[in-house]
Amino acid sequence: MRPTTLTVYRWELRKLLSQKRTYIGLGAAALLPVIFVSVMAFQTGGPYDAPLGHNLRHTGIALTLVVLTFASRFGAQLVTALVAGGIVANEDSTGTLKMILTRSARRAQILGGKTLAAFTYVVALLLAIVATGMISGVAAWGFNPVVDLSGTTLAAAHAFGLSFAALAFYGVPLLAIAAFGVFLSVVTRNSAAAIVGTLVYELFMEAIVGLVHLKWLPHWVLSAQFDAWHGIFQTPTVWSPIVRSIWVSAIYAAVPLALAFWFFLRRDVAGD
Amino acid sequence: MNENDVPVRARGLVKRYGRILAVDHVDLEVPAGAVYGFLGPNGAGKTTAMRMLLGLLRPDEGEVRLFGRDPQHELPAALDGVGGFVETPHFYPYLSGRKNLELFAALDGDGARARIEPALELVGLEDRSRDRVGGYSQGMRQRLGLAVSLLRDPRLLILDEPTNGLDPGGIRDMRALIRDLAARGMTIFLSSHLLAEVEEVCTRVAVIRSGRVVYEGTLAELHASASPRYRLRTNDQLRARTVAARAAGVRDVGEEDGHVVFTADEPAVLGLSKALAAAGIGIAALVPERATLERLFFELTEGVEEPHRLEAVS
Repeated sequence: MRPTTLTVYRWELRKLLSQKRTYIGLGAAALLPVIFVSVMAFQTGGPYDAPLGHNLRHTGIALTLVVLTFASRFGAQLVTALVAGGIVANEDSTGTLKMILTRSARRAQILGGKTLAAFTYVVALLLAIVATGMISGVAAWGFNPVVDLSGTTLAAAHAFGLSFAALAFYGVPLLAIAAFGVFLSVVTRNSAAAIVGTLVYELFMEAIVGLVHLKWLPHWVLSAQFDAWHGIFQTPTVWSPIVRSIWVSAIYAAVPLALAFWFFLRRDVAGD
Repeated sequence: MNENDVPVRARGLVKRYGRILAVDHVDLEVPAGAVYGFLGPNGAGKTTAMRMLLGLLRPDEGEVRLFGRDPQHELPAALDGVGGFVETPHFYPYLSGRKNLELFAALDGDGARARIEPALELVGLEDRSRDRVGGYSQGMRQRLGLAVSLLRDPRLLILDEPTNGLDPGGIRDMRALIRDLAARGMTIFLSSHLLAEVEEVCTRVAVIRSGRVVYEGTLAELHASASPRYRLRTNDQLRARTVAARAAGVRDVGEEDGHVVFTADEPAVLGLSKALAAAGIGIAALVPERATLERLFFELTEGVEEPHRLEAVS
């Protein structure tokens, strides 16, 4: 029986789990909320004007999403780029790609498994942030109700559940960034170029939103989709930015992924 | 012979990198059961051609069939029954040798996992299999490369410089292993620039020069095709050399280790011996020399005789 994409995916995860840098990335992500709480413990001020920031010091539930608001400026994309940008290019430069391409798995399965592994890492990254965010936030400020962005008070358990939904919507554009990283990883065959290129891609979109003042523009730019989760914390829930974020992110993910597969299936594998 | 029975058949393979013609209309046919040597100096196009055989590179022209299947369009099925590696085999340094084999076995499917133990035993790595590959010597990686190839239970084994990085004992063991695998009926296609290795294990060779196959056949045919070469010692070497240079049918006259050396067929040698006697030169020795593979290799790949050694020849 020939291997399946699931087989490749499982082994990609095992490879990730066997590397120190995987844990360094996850550890750094997990430390973010802890550092955030620690810094706030030593000062009176805080990012109260950030979405849900007014809840800080009143409830620990809001901490994760406030941290993600700051992480979305650069941090989450950096770690995503580090993993996605290297997922194919690293194997190209170490020479293992030619070894796995002469086995019984199809090239599409290899790239499919690698892409899924990169996506899984992004999800794990977010889960690491939410886990330590909730624990350290609740430990510092308790499991109390949250005042949402419309001024409505939400029960703690309800807000806790919404936080995971918000996190999922935050993850959607991040996966699109990962898709672009995979594309550059395939095309450049150089992990440094792919990582830097992915970050420049994100910065370029941030710059467009910042410099070009067209009202409709943020609706179509990937970096603006990181704010779509705000709709979850409004009463009633505002779905339009969330729905738009999903399909805009899907387009931003589908195009580079389609190009990555097209290129990977046809490319020569040369050099050590 | 049915095309499905021919392990390797390549026709008119061409690969260009910009203006560089790396492989120039290469034809290869490796018969079943052969240990086939692919010879050529570094940069001659051996590895590029082997990459095309394994479907890693797309030829600009020509076609390849492995047991009748096209690795350009029928992957991974075209590699069924085919194992091997090109250039140095590479592994995941943070995984143990055994874990690496498990990974490759998973990508092979078809019961490859059950072949891990026998493969480790065959290449002599069972004691170090739980160590990380990052700590392996190049020779150990080379042996692990062979083990990983054997996981596919291959009928055709494609090996690129399989003794690279091995110590003398490792080279001896690898050659014995290749002969053993061939004796079990496996077809082996190996590239090498170690002529002694080729002479010891190969039954058939192709010699590639600047991307073109300049010889294809058995080693016996290659030796037989060589121009006869003689070594001459006389009581007056200086005059003997002059006489030889003027003699009809005598070519490539030179001097080596105090002997006059030349290439000629038998009638020309008879003519030369008469000319030497007529000139009053006494012949102490006139010895035909069997062409070494090294000399034939240099003649084929450089067009001159043994000007220098390209690589250490063991």
